[in-house]
Amino acid sequence: MLEIGLGHYLTVAAILFSLGIFGIFLNRKNVIIILMSIELMLLAVNINLVAFSTHLQDLVGQVFALFVLTVAAAEAAIGLAILVVYFRNRGSISVEDINMMKG
Amino acid sequence: MIIQALAFYLFAAVAVAAGVMVVSARNPVHSVLFLILAFFNAAGLFVLMGAEFLAMILVVVYVGAVAVLFLFVVMMLDINFVRLREGSLQYLPLGALVGIILLVELVLVGGAWIVSPAADAALSHPSAPAGEMHNTRALGGLIYTNYIYLFQISGLVLLVAMIGAIVLTLRQREGVRRQSISRQTARTRAESVEVKQVPSRSGV
Repeated sequence: MLEIGLGHYLTVAAILFSLGIFGIFLNRKNVIIILMSIELMLLAVNINLVAFSTHLQDLVGQVFALFVLTVAAAEAAIGLAILVVYFRNRGSISVEDINMMKG
Repeated sequence: MIIQALAFYLFAAVAVAAGVMVVSARNPVHSVLFLILAFFNAAGLFVLMGAEFLAMILVVVYVGAVAVLFLFVVMMLDINFVRLREGSLQYLPLGALVGIILLVELVLVGGAWIVSPAADAALSHPSAPAGEMHNTRALGGLIYTNYIYLFQISGLVLLVAMIGAIVLTLRQREGVRRQSISRQTARTRAESVEVKQVPSRSGV
Protein backbone atom coordinates (compact mmCIF):
# COMPACT_ATOMS: atom_id res chain seq x y z
CA MET A 1 0.00 0.00 0.00
CA LEU A 2 2.76 2.40 0.87
CA GLU A 3 5.02 1.11 -1.87
CA ILE A 4 4.02 3.14 -4.92
CA GLY A 5 4.64 1.15 -8.06
CA LEU A 6 3.72 1.12 -11.71
CA GLY A 7 0.24 -0.23 -11.04
CA HIS A 8 -0.76 2.78 -8.96
CA TYR A 9 0.10 5.22 -11.74
CA LEU A 10 -1.61 3.05 -14.34
CA THR A 11 -4.75 2.99 -12.19
CA VAL A 12 -4.83 6.78 -11.97
CA ALA A 13 -4.31 7.02 -15.71
CA ALA A 14 -7.09 4.49 -16.37
CA ILE A 15 -9.51 6.42 -14.15
CA LEU A 16 -8.68 9.71 -15.87
CA PHE A 17 -9.07 8.13 -19.31
CA SER A 18 -12.46 6.68 -18.40
CA LEU A 19 -13.50 10.09 -17.06
CA GLY A 20 -12.60 11.59 -20.41
CA ILE A 21 -14.76 9.05 -22.26
CA PHE A 22 -17.57 9.65 -19.77
CA GLY A 23 -17.30 13.42 -20.30
CA ILE A 24 -17.63 13.03 -24.06
CA PHE A 25 -20.86 11.10 -23.62
CA LEU A 26 -22.23 13.35 -20.89
CA ASN A 27 -21.73 16.75 -22.54
CA ARG A 28 -23.35 16.32 -25.91
CA LYS A 29 -24.39 19.96 -26.09
CA ASN A 30 -21.08 21.61 -25.35
CA VAL A 31 -18.16 21.04 -27.67
CA ILE A 32 -15.82 22.94 -25.34
CA ILE A 33 -16.25 20.33 -22.60
CA ILE A 34 -15.73 17.58 -25.18
CA LEU A 35 -12.40 19.18 -26.16
CA MET A 36 -11.48 19.37 -22.48
CA SER A 37 -12.35 15.67 -22.08
CA ILE A 38 -10.00 14.89 -24.96
CA GLU A 39 -7.27 16.85 -23.18
CA LEU A 40 -7.96 14.79 -20.06
CA MET A 41 -7.59 11.57 -22.04
CA LEU A 42 -4.31 12.75 -23.57
CA LEU A 43 -3.10 13.58 -20.07
CA ALA A 44 -3.91 10.02 -18.97
CA VAL A 45 -1.95 8.68 -21.94
CA ASN A 46 0.98 10.85 -20.95
CA ILE A 47 0.87 9.53 -17.39
CA ASN A 48 0.96 5.99 -18.81
CA LEU A 49 3.95 6.78 -21.01
CA VAL A 50 5.92 8.40 -18.21
CA ALA A 51 5.04 5.62 -15.75
CA PHE A 52 6.36 2.96 -18.10
CA SER A 53 9.38 5.09 -18.88
CA THR A 54 10.21 5.26 -15.18
CA HIS A 55 9.46 1.61 -14.56
CA LEU A 56 11.54 0.30 -17.46
CA GLN A 57 14.31 2.87 -16.95
CA ASP A 58 13.96 3.87 -20.60
CA LEU A 59 13.80 7.55 -21.51
CA VAL A 60 12.07 7.07 -24.87
CA GLY A 61 8.69 7.03 -23.15
CA GLN A 62 9.27 10.57 -21.92
CA VAL A 63 10.31 11.66 -25.40
CA PHE A 64 7.04 10.34 -26.76
CA ALA A 65 5.11 11.98 -23.97
CA LEU A 66 6.69 15.24 -25.10
CA PHE A 67 5.48 14.66 -28.65
CA VAL A 68 2.00 13.76 -27.44
CA LEU A 69 2.03 17.05 -25.54
CA THR A 70 2.95 18.92 -28.73
CA VAL A 71 0.19 17.29 -30.74
CA ALA A 72 -2.31 17.96 -27.93
CA ALA A 73 -1.44 21.65 -27.95
CA ALA A 74 -1.81 21.84 -31.74
CA GLU A 75 -5.08 19.96 -31.55
CA ALA A 76 -6.47 22.31 -28.92
CA ALA A 77 -5.52 25.37 -30.97
CA ILE A 78 -7.08 24.06 -34.19
CA GLY A 79 -10.12 22.67 -32.41
CA LEU A 80 -10.88 25.93 -30.65
CA ALA A 81 -10.36 27.88 -33.89
CA ILE A 82 -12.87 25.63 -35.66
CA LEU A 83 -15.21 26.06 -32.69
CA VAL A 84 -15.01 29.87 -32.91
CA VAL A 85 -15.70 29.81 -36.66
CA TYR A 86 -18.57 27.38 -36.13
CA PHE A 87 -20.09 29.53 -33.43
CA ARG A 88 -19.79 32.57 -35.70
CA ASN A 89 -21.71 30.77 -38.44
CA ARG A 90 -24.37 28.94 -36.44
CA GLY A 91 -24.62 30.76 -33.10
CA SER A 92 -24.46 27.50 -31.18
CA ILE A 93 -21.85 24.99 -30.06
CA SER A 94 -24.10 21.98 -29.70
CA VAL A 95 -23.01 18.69 -31.25
CA GLU A 96 -26.51 18.11 -32.56
CA ASP A 97 -26.35 21.26 -34.67
CA ILE A 98 -23.28 20.11 -36.55
CA ASN A 99 -25.21 18.69 -39.47
CA MET A 100 -24.55 21.11 -42.32
CA MET A 101 -22.69 18.47 -44.30
CA LYS A 102 -25.47 15.92 -43.77
CA GLY A 103 -23.00 13.27 -42.78
CA MET B 1 8.89 6.41 1.43
CA ILE B 2 5.86 7.40 3.51
CA ILE B 3 6.03 10.95 2.26
CA GLN B 4 6.23 9.73 -1.33
CA ALA B 5 3.19 7.52 -0.85
CA LEU B 6 1.23 10.31 0.82
CA ALA B 7 2.17 12.73 -1.96
CA PHE B 8 1.11 10.19 -4.56
CA TYR B 9 -2.28 9.63 -2.96
CA LEU B 10 -2.82 13.37 -2.53
CA PHE B 11 -1.94 14.19 -6.15
CA ALA B 12 -3.88 11.22 -7.53
CA ALA B 13 -7.00 11.93 -5.47
CA VAL B 14 -7.06 15.62 -6.34
CA ALA B 15 -6.38 14.87 -10.03
CA VAL B 16 -9.24 12.38 -10.22
CA ALA B 17 -11.60 14.68 -8.30
CA ALA B 18 -10.69 17.55 -10.60
CA GLY B 19 -11.31 15.28 -13.58
CA VAL B 20 -14.77 14.47 -12.26
CA MET B 21 -15.49 18.18 -11.85
CA VAL B 22 -14.24 18.94 -15.38
CA VAL B 23 -16.89 16.74 -16.94
CA SER B 24 -19.67 17.55 -14.50
CA ALA B 25 -19.32 21.25 -13.62
CA ARG B 26 -22.28 23.41 -14.55
CA ASN B 27 -20.25 26.39 -15.65
CA PRO B 28 -17.61 25.81 -18.36
CA VAL B 29 -15.35 28.41 -16.72
CA HIS B 30 -15.27 26.22 -13.63
CA SER B 31 -14.53 23.26 -15.89
CA VAL B 32 -11.47 25.02 -17.28
CA LEU B 33 -10.27 25.92 -13.80
CA PHE B 34 -10.66 22.30 -12.66
CA LEU B 35 -8.78 21.22 -15.79
CA ILE B 36 -5.93 23.47 -14.69
CA LEU B 37 -6.05 21.85 -11.24
CA ALA B 38 -5.92 18.39 -12.83
CA PHE B 39 -2.90 19.42 -14.89
CA PHE B 40 -1.08 20.75 -11.85
CA ASN B 41 -1.64 17.49 -9.99
CA ALA B 42 -0.56 15.45 -12.99
CA ALA B 43 2.61 17.53 -13.01
CA GLY B 44 3.06 16.57 -9.36
CA LEU B 45 2.70 12.91 -10.34
CA PHE B 46 5.32 13.42 -13.04
CA VAL B 47 7.72 14.87 -10.48
CA LEU B 48 7.09 11.84 -8.27
CA MET B 49 7.94 9.60 -11.21
CA GLY B 50 11.19 11.46 -11.80
CA ALA B 51 10.19 13.26 -14.99
CA GLU B 52 10.84 16.80 -13.81
CA PHE B 53 11.27 18.32 -17.24
CA LEU B 54 7.97 16.94 -18.51
CA ALA B 55 6.27 18.15 -15.34
CA MET B 56 7.45 21.70 -15.92
CA ILE B 57 6.57 21.48 -19.62
CA LEU B 58 3.12 20.28 -18.64
CA VAL B 59 2.62 23.31 -16.42
CA VAL B 60 3.99 25.74 -19.00
CA VAL B 61 2.27 24.32 -22.07
CA TYR B 62 -1.02 23.15 -20.66
CA VAL B 63 -1.69 25.63 -17.89
CA GLY B 64 0.06 28.54 -19.56
CA ALA B 65 -1.16 28.07 -23.10
CA VAL B 66 -3.88 25.50 -23.66
CA ALA B 67 -5.99 26.15 -20.58
CA VAL B 68 -5.77 29.91 -21.03
CA LEU B 69 -6.84 29.43 -24.66
CA PHE B 70 -9.84 27.46 -23.43
CA LEU B 71 -10.59 30.18 -20.90
CA PHE B 72 -10.50 32.88 -23.58
CA VAL B 73 -12.78 30.93 -25.90
CA VAL B 74 -15.25 30.10 -23.10
CA MET B 75 -15.42 33.72 -22.05
CA MET B 76 -15.62 35.17 -25.56
CA LEU B 77 -18.42 32.99 -26.88
CA ASP B 78 -21.76 34.45 -25.96
CA ILE B 79 -23.62 31.29 -25.03
CA ASN B 80 -26.41 30.59 -22.62
CA PHE B 81 -24.67 27.85 -20.69
CA VAL B 82 -27.69 27.06 -18.55
CA ARG B 83 -29.63 26.06 -21.65
CA LEU B 84 -26.71 23.91 -22.75
CA ARG B 85 -26.98 21.77 -19.64
CA GLU B 86 -30.63 20.93 -20.29
CA GLY B 87 -31.18 17.33 -21.26
CA SER B 88 -27.60 16.31 -20.62
CA LEU B 89 -28.79 13.77 -18.08
CA GLN B 90 -30.35 11.68 -20.80
CA TYR B 91 -26.88 10.63 -21.86
CA LEU B 92 -25.82 9.83 -18.29
CA PRO B 93 -26.72 6.10 -18.31
CA LEU B 94 -25.02 5.46 -21.65
CA GLY B 95 -21.95 7.47 -20.70
CA ALA B 96 -21.69 5.80 -17.30
CA LEU B 97 -22.09 2.37 -18.89
CA VAL B 98 -19.37 2.97 -21.48
CA GLY B 99 -17.07 4.59 -18.93
CA ILE B 100 -17.47 1.79 -16.39
CA ILE B 101 -17.02 -0.93 -19.03
CA LEU B 102 -13.86 0.79 -20.25
CA LEU B 103 -12.55 1.18 -16.70
CA VAL B 104 -13.20 -2.48 -15.91
CA GLU B 105 -11.44 -3.49 -19.11
CA LEU B 106 -8.46 -1.32 -18.32
CA VAL B 107 -8.26 -2.65 -14.76
CA LEU B 108 -8.51 -6.24 -16.00
CA VAL B 109 -5.72 -5.60 -18.48
CA GLY B 110 -3.70 -3.83 -15.82
CA GLY B 111 -4.10 -6.73 -13.42
CA ALA B 112 -3.26 -9.40 -15.96
CA TRP B 113 -0.06 -8.39 -17.70
CA ILE B 114 3.50 -8.71 -16.56
CA VAL B 115 6.57 -7.02 -17.92
CA SER B 116 8.54 -9.50 -19.97
CA PRO B 117 11.85 -10.47 -18.36
CA ALA B 118 13.48 -9.81 -21.71
CA ALA B 119 12.34 -6.18 -21.60
CA ASP B 120 15.55 -5.06 -19.96
CA ALA B 121 17.53 -6.30 -22.93
CA ALA B 122 15.27 -4.51 -25.38
CA LEU B 123 15.73 -1.03 -23.95
CA SER B 124 16.69 1.36 -26.69
CA HIS B 125 17.88 4.24 -24.54
CA PRO B 126 18.31 3.32 -20.89
CA SER B 127 18.10 6.32 -18.64
CA ALA B 128 21.21 7.23 -16.70
CA PRO B 129 21.46 6.04 -13.11
CA ALA B 130 20.00 8.45 -10.62
CA GLY B 131 22.34 11.20 -9.57
CA GLU B 132 24.61 10.93 -12.56
CA MET B 133 22.66 13.11 -14.97
CA HIS B 134 19.50 15.04 -14.33
CA ASN B 135 16.36 14.38 -16.25
CA THR B 136 16.38 17.49 -18.43
CA ARG B 137 19.89 16.91 -19.69
CA ALA B 138 19.28 13.23 -20.42
CA LEU B 139 16.08 14.07 -22.30
CA GLY B 140 17.82 16.81 -24.27
CA GLY B 141 20.64 14.46 -25.18
CA LEU B 142 18.09 12.06 -26.58
CA ILE B 143 15.84 14.55 -28.37
CA TYR B 144 18.62 16.44 -30.10
CA THR B 145 20.40 13.32 -31.35
CA ASN B 146 18.26 10.27 -32.01
CA TYR B 147 14.94 12.03 -32.29
CA ILE B 148 15.99 15.21 -34.04
CA TYR B 149 13.75 14.63 -37.08
CA LEU B 150 10.73 13.91 -34.90
CA PHE B 151 11.55 17.03 -32.93
CA GLN B 152 11.67 19.14 -36.09
CA ILE B 153 8.44 17.61 -37.34
CA SER B 154 6.70 18.41 -34.07
CA GLY B 155 7.85 22.00 -34.55
CA LEU B 156 6.28 21.93 -37.99
CA VAL B 157 3.07 20.55 -36.48
CA LEU B 158 2.95 23.55 -34.16
CA LEU B 159 3.65 25.93 -37.06
CA VAL B 160 0.85 24.42 -39.12
CA ALA B 161 -1.48 24.60 -36.12
CA MET B 162 -0.63 28.29 -35.64
CA ILE B 163 -1.16 29.16 -39.31
CA GLY B 164 -4.32 27.09 -39.42
CA ALA B 165 -5.81 28.77 -36.38
CA ILE B 166 -5.02 32.22 -37.77
CA VAL B 167 -6.42 31.40 -41.23
CA LEU B 168 -9.58 29.91 -39.73
CA THR B 169 -10.42 32.77 -37.44
CA LEU B 170 -9.33 35.70 -39.63
CA ARG B 171 -12.23 37.54 -41.17
CA GLN B 172 -12.51 40.60 -43.34
CA ARG B 173 -15.26 42.78 -42.04
CA GLU B 174 -17.15 45.16 -44.31
CA GLY B 175 -17.47 48.83 -43.49
CA VAL B 176 -14.40 49.11 -41.31
CA ARG B 177 -12.22 52.14 -42.05
CA ARG B 178 -8.62 51.07 -42.36
CA GLN B 179 -5.41 52.87 -43.12
CA SER B 180 -4.37 52.34 -46.73
CA ILE B 181 -0.69 53.13 -46.89
CA SER B 182 -0.41 52.74 -50.66
CA ARG B 183 -3.22 55.21 -51.25
CA GLN B 184 -1.70 57.59 -48.73
CA THR B 185 1.71 57.59 -50.34
CA ALA B 186 0.27 57.71 -53.85
CA ARG B 187 -1.40 61.06 -53.21
CA THR B 188 0.03 63.92 -55.23
CA ARG B 189 -0.15 67.61 -54.65
CA ALA B 190 -2.21 68.11 -57.80
CA GLU B 191 -5.12 65.95 -56.65
CA SER B 192 -5.24 66.94 -53.02
CA VAL B 193 -4.52 70.68 -52.95
CA GLU B 194 -6.70 73.16 -54.75
CA VAL B 195 -5.88 76.82 -55.05
CA LYS B 196 -8.92 79.08 -54.99
CA GLN B 197 -9.11 82.65 -56.06
CA VAL B 198 -11.08 84.22 -53.27
CA PRO B 199 -12.46 87.63 -54.03
CA SER B 200 -11.95 89.98 -51.14
CA ARG B 201 -14.83 90.75 -48.76
CA SER B 202 -17.09 87.98 -50.07
CA GLY B 203 -15.89 84.72 -48.59
CA VAL B 204 -15.44 81.44 -50.32
